[in-house]
Parts: sequence; structure tokens; C-alpha cells
Amino acid sequence: MRKYSNIIAAYSIMLILILLVGIFQSWSIALTILNYCLISAVMTIGANIQWGYAGLINFGIMGYTALGGLAVVLVSVDPVQQAWQAGGLNILICFWIIVVMVVLIRYLLKHFDKSKYRTYGITFVIIGGILLLRSTATPGIEAIEAVDPAKTGFLGGMGLPVLFSWIGGAFLAGGLAFIVGKIALGLRADYLAIATLLIAEIVVSIIKHEEWLARGVKNVIGLKRPAPYEIDLQTSQWFINLVETFHAKKLSMINSLTERQDALSQMVIDASSIYVKLCFTGLFLSVVIILLIVTQKALYSPWGRKMRAIRDNEEAASAMGKNIVKEHLFIFILGSAIVGIAGAMMVTNDGLFTPGSYRPMRYTFVIWVMVIVGGTGNNFGAILGGFVVWFLWVEAAPMALFLINLFTSHLPETNSVRVHLIESAPYFRFLVIGIGLLTIMRYRPKGILPEKIEIK
Amino acid sequence: MDFINAIVVLTNFTIIPALAYGSQLALGAIFVTLIYAVLRFANFATGDMMSFGTMFAVLLTYYFQSIGLGLGFLPTALLTIPFAIIMMILYMLLIDKFVFSYYRIKKSPPVQFAMVSVGVMFVTQAIIRIIIGPSDRRFLDGEKFILKATEFKEMTGLSEGLTLKSTQAITIVVTLIIVSIMFWFLNKTKTGTSMRAYSDNEDLALLSGIDPKRVVLITWVIAGILATVGGILYGLDKSYRPFVYFNNMLPIFAAAIVGGIGNPFGAFLGGYVIAFAEIFITYAYKRFIAYLVPESMEPESLMQLLSTDYKFAVSFSILVIVLLIRPSGIFKGKTI
Repeated sequence: MRKYSNIIAAYSIMLILILLVGIFQSWSIALTILNYCLISAVMTIGANIQWGYAGLINFGIMGYTALGGLAVVLVSVDPVQQAWQAGGLNILICFWIIVVMVVLIRYLLKHFDKSKYRTYGITFVIIGGILLLRSTATPGIEAIEAVDPAKTGFLGGMGLPVLFSWIGGAFLAGGLAFIVGKIALGLRADYLAIATLLIAEIVVSIIKHEEWLARGVKNVIGLKRPAPYEIDLQTSQWFINLVETFHAKKLSMINSLTERQDALSQMVIDASSIYVKLCFTGLFLSVVIILLIVTQKALYSPWGRKMRAIRDNEEAASAMGKNIVKEHLFIFILGSAIVGIAGAMMVTNDGLFTPGSYRPMRYTFVIWVMVIVGGTGNNFGAILGGFVVWFLWVEAAPMALFLINLFTSHLPETNSVRVHLIESAPYFRFLVIGIGLLTIMRYRPKGILPEKIEIK
Repeated sequence: MDFINAIVVLTNFTIIPALAYGSQLALGAIFVTLIYAVLRFANFATGDMMSFGTMFAVLLTYYFQSIGLGLGFLPTALLTIPFAIIMMILYMLLIDKFVFSYYRIKKSPPVQFAMVSVGVMFVTQAIIRIIIGPSDRRFLDGEKFILKATEFKEMTGLSEGLTLKSTQAITIVVTLIIVSIMFWFLNKTKTGTSMRAYSDNEDLALLSGIDPKRVVLITWVIAGILATVGGILYGLDKSYRPFVYFNNMLPIFAAAIVGGIGNPFGAFLGGYVIAFAEIFITYAYKRFIAYLVPESMEPESLMQLLSTDYKFAVSFSILVIVLLIRPSGIFKGKTI
């Protein structure tokens, strides 16, 4: 029990903080924060697998999150038949052209020795392929984007239930990680960070500007939900009855019948949004718990020991006959796939896909701060980091506003310094996160909950 | 005549903007590469440090304008450069003293340095946004154009105009001056040589009596000059917005790595490589080709390789290709 006292204490404090938000601000806000904390926790589990288990630095988390979000659109949205008729064939042909190009290049690389002619051949295949792609794709894309551009203008998805998209997100992100890993994993740590960050930027810019794929910056709204809709809940009898029994005492204090009816309908509206959020919380919590169990098991398995051995001493592990390149690639894919799940979860939670919102600040650096602050190599730590940092990220502005008001209360309302500070309250979150990261790195470099296993 | 027209079109829309943009990138890339060579880490706070220096230039420009101080036809911002540089260097030295020096003495691995610089990035962004806010600001005054399209047409009688914005000319001239002074300093002076020695082999440099504190100090001073000037030139040419500066970090990194990280001359050329690639690949060649071929063969499409939306993606793809084929960069830098 003593072994876990740190973990239990840290999580209890976190829970109390969220409860305090519920009491002082509102339960709806508290649940929103909790849901995002859980999503961040999934992301940090993914990043922690790469960084904590294997020592791979992946600054491309933004790209995998975006791909997870894309998966929600591609899997759950109903297909747009008109668009498929207009340009679906061209897109399919393009897809096959790409496959043929890849196969051809692989064939050239495998069956010819390195020479000038092979390089010319590969260049020819690439340039010819791109020209062919452009000539087939352009009319198709134009036709697709012309189909009711205000509402659709894209191919749509497969129309499956939205929960499948979480798996789809994992596969898409894992696929990208395979390509990125093949290209970049040989690089030294800080180059790997830069290369992954830039590749993620390329991915996001493709999602942003290829409107036939997922409407690009025009956003996809009204995505399916694994939870009931508020409107349906508000009209269904069982839910109203539930709310009535829940608030029976309060309602019985109101005498007038019409007033009681008004109060009840207001309660139903409030309760419906909380109910929906609770559904999401349940789903996310189960994902986090499943991932936590699996990753904990993996950490203490022979495989986990192997990964730590590779992380701590690559050459020794290599001498023991471990294939480092393969293991690195595998763990890179695994971690990225988990981040992909988190991306899909987030878009499902929001109900809309906004490619313009994927920015490195929010989706790469903040996640990294979470992993470092929480504790690298320790899953409980990484999840705690997700909770703490997300909580600070959201609550820093209200707290800063409170403190500014407190310290400037002796100044008049119109004092320019006070007005300026109040206006810039939202930016104190950067300050809090930055100073938090620097402090942790300096005085507790292994994070709040450090890794327990040490190889002597 | 048509041939000259074609050349003028190309110069006006690609070569001059690419030279200006390339100069701005080059200054940033030398900043990155210098920090990498001497202090041995990838500085993720690059964009925000440039933004920090520029912020003072913007504020001082507003102040000078309000008291009626100016340079006539030149932008007032040029007058603020020395003050902005001093503020920037003070900030950098402060950060170095309280943050980086601890890890340097401990000889931490580069990854830890990179993560620390992410922390510095957050703090710097917060300070900038709290002081000046996130909005878009223009602080260019004075003469806007050196050569206007209509004047050029009248002068030469060509049907195509050539414009030269004063900011473009200032950018190119100032960059050349700063970079040549810097290379002279690095290659000819004793301090510069000691910096290069320290960068090549720290232990040997210490043995031969080079003071590491002095080397670090000089590096931050040069870095402060480069960051501030690069940031101000970019802000004059386009506009000042903290978020854009943060994003500029990415092409700057690309330029530094393409040129061979740790190699200042490579970084200088890398800036132009990235800028020219971005602009040449996303430029629509329709008008250029229309002048060269007979009227019947005029192209109907825009003749654009990639749409301008992919401007950033182009430079990152170049970086990926370079990393694949020649990981040490085009001009040999430190081995990766």
C-alpha cells in the first residue's frame, strides 16, 4: 500500500480540484475539464510509450491527433453519393497510381544496383507519376468540390457507427507513423524532434487544403455521437421522471404549479447536458483504464524490459541480439496509434472537425509538457500530467483574473495598467505552463511521479 | 521584347520577394545554427526570441513617432534597432543565467536542453502577449516604394512593371552588411576563432585557455543581434504578429538543417534555398510562359506546381528529402 501512497495522494488532490471547480463554477464546466483531461491522458500515454519506454522524441503529436480526427470524418460520416458519382472514380484511379508508383520504386530499389541509371529511373517514375496524378485528380477534385459546396463538397465517409472511427484513427495514425519512422527514426534525438514536427505540419496542411477529403478549413460539423442528444433526452419521459425524483425535495418546496413546471424544465435542460457529458466521461474513462492496464502489463513484461534495455544502452542491447531499428519502429507506431485514438476521441467529443485548429502549441508542446511534468516512463505519472497540465491550461486564466483583481483592487477601474492586465489574463496560461515546466525540469527532472524501475 | 518582359515578370514576382524572404530566413537560420554549434542544442524558442526583439522595436517605433523622431524616407524602426538589440541581449543573458547555464554546467543531453527551450518558449510567448497582445501590427513608415510599376513601365517602355519595395531593398542590404560583419568576426578576429574552436572541440578549447563564459556571452550577443534584426526586417516587410513569428521557427529550422546545422555559411545559403524553393514551386507561371511561346500555344491552366496553400509544406518536404539523402545538410555541418 505504501508503494502507491504517492499515486493515491496525487490523484485525490486532482479529483478534489475538479470537484472544487464543480462547486464554485459549474458542474458542466467541471465535466468538460474532466473529459478533456481524460483525452489528454490518452495522448500522454501514447507519448509516454515513445519517450518513457523507448526514449524516442516525437514532436509530431499534432499530426497524429489530426489524423485521428480525420478518421472520425472518414468512418462515421454518411457517404456523399453525388460526389462519388462526380469524381469518385478519379480519386480511386489516383489511389491506384500511387500504389503502382510505390511498387515500381520498390522494385527498382530491390532489383537494380545503386547507379546513376537507377536514380534517373526513380526520378522519372516520381515526376511522371505526379504529372499523371495531377491530370487525373484535378477534374475529379473540381467536380467533387462543386457538389453542394455549402454543405458537402467532399466524398464523405463510410457511414459506420462513430466508435469504429476510434480504431480507424489508430490505424491511420499508425500508418503515418510507419512512414515517418522509416524516414526519420535514424536521426539523432533533437533532429528527430524537428523532423517529426515538420512532417506533422505537412500532414495538417494537407488535411487543411484538400477540401475533397474532409472539407478542409470549411470544417465538418454535426458528427455522429456515441451518446444521446440533449434534445432527445429533454423530450423523453424516463429522463424527465429521473430528474424529478432526483430533485424531488427541491421541487416540493415550490408551491405554484406553473413555477414548478418551469423549474423542472430548466432542471431537465441542465441535467441533459450533464448526462451527455457523463456518458462521454464513462467512455473515455474506460478507454483510459483499458490502455492503462495494457501498458502497465507491457511495462513489466519481457518486452517492456527489452525496451528499457534499448533505451538505456542501445549498443549493449544490440550486442544481445535485439533488433533496435525494428523495435523503435514498432514502438513509434504503437505510441502514435494511441495518440490517433485520442484525436478521434476529441473530435467525437466536440462533434466537429476543424483542421484549422491543429496548431503545434496546443497539440504538441502542451502534450509534451504533460509527459515531462507527470513523470516520464511512469504511466500513472503521464496520466496525472495530462490532468494537472490540462487543468492549469484551462483554469489559469480565471485564476490569473482573480489574482489581478486582488492585487490591483486599490487602483481605479479605469487605470490603464489594470485594464491592460485584465485584458491579457488569458495569456497567463502560457506563463504558468512555462514556469511549471522549467521548475519541474530543474528541481524534479523525473516528474511528479517518477519512474519506479531502475536498472542498476 | 517578349523575352525581356518574361524576365521582368519573373523578377518581380519571384526573385525579389524570394531574396527578401530568404534574407529574413537566413538571419534566423544563422541564429539557430550558432546556438547549435556553440551551446549545442536546438532552440525551440527561436521564433519567440525574434518576436521578443521585434516587440521592443514596435513599441519604440510608436514612441519615437509620438515624439516626432524619424529618419525621413527611411522607416523609423531602423532607429530603434540598437535599443531593441540591447533589450534582446539582456533578456537572453537573463534566460541563460537562470535557465540554460545550470544544464550546461551539468552537461545535460541535448534533448533535455531542447525541452528546457520549450519551457523558455512558453514563458517568452506569455511575456510578449501580456506586454503587446496577440494582434497584428504594422509599424512601417517612410517611403513605401523605391521603384513603382508605373514608373518602371514609363522608364523602359515595357508592358510589364517592376516594383521594388523599400522594405525589400532594406532587408537585402542590411542582411548583407550584418552577415559580412559576422563572418569577418568569426573568421578573422581572435574572439571569433576561439568561438569556432569551442564549437569544434570543447575540451581542447578549454585546455588552450579559452574562457567558456566569454564564448557563451559573445554567442548570445551575436545571437541577439541576428534575432532582433531578422525579426524587425520580417516585421517591416510583412507585419508583426506573435503567432506568425512562432510559426516562422519551422522554415528557419528547415533552412538551418538544409544548410548543414552548425555551419553558419550553410545556414545563410539554406535560408535562400528554402525561400526560392517555396516561391518557385508555388508560383503560377502562366504569364511568364505566355510571353515566351507563340499566342496559339498559350497555356490555359495556371501552370502552378503546387497551390500557395502548401508554401510551408514545400520547405518541410525539402528538409525531409535532405535528411533522407544527405543528413548532414547540403553544406556539410555537424554529423547527425
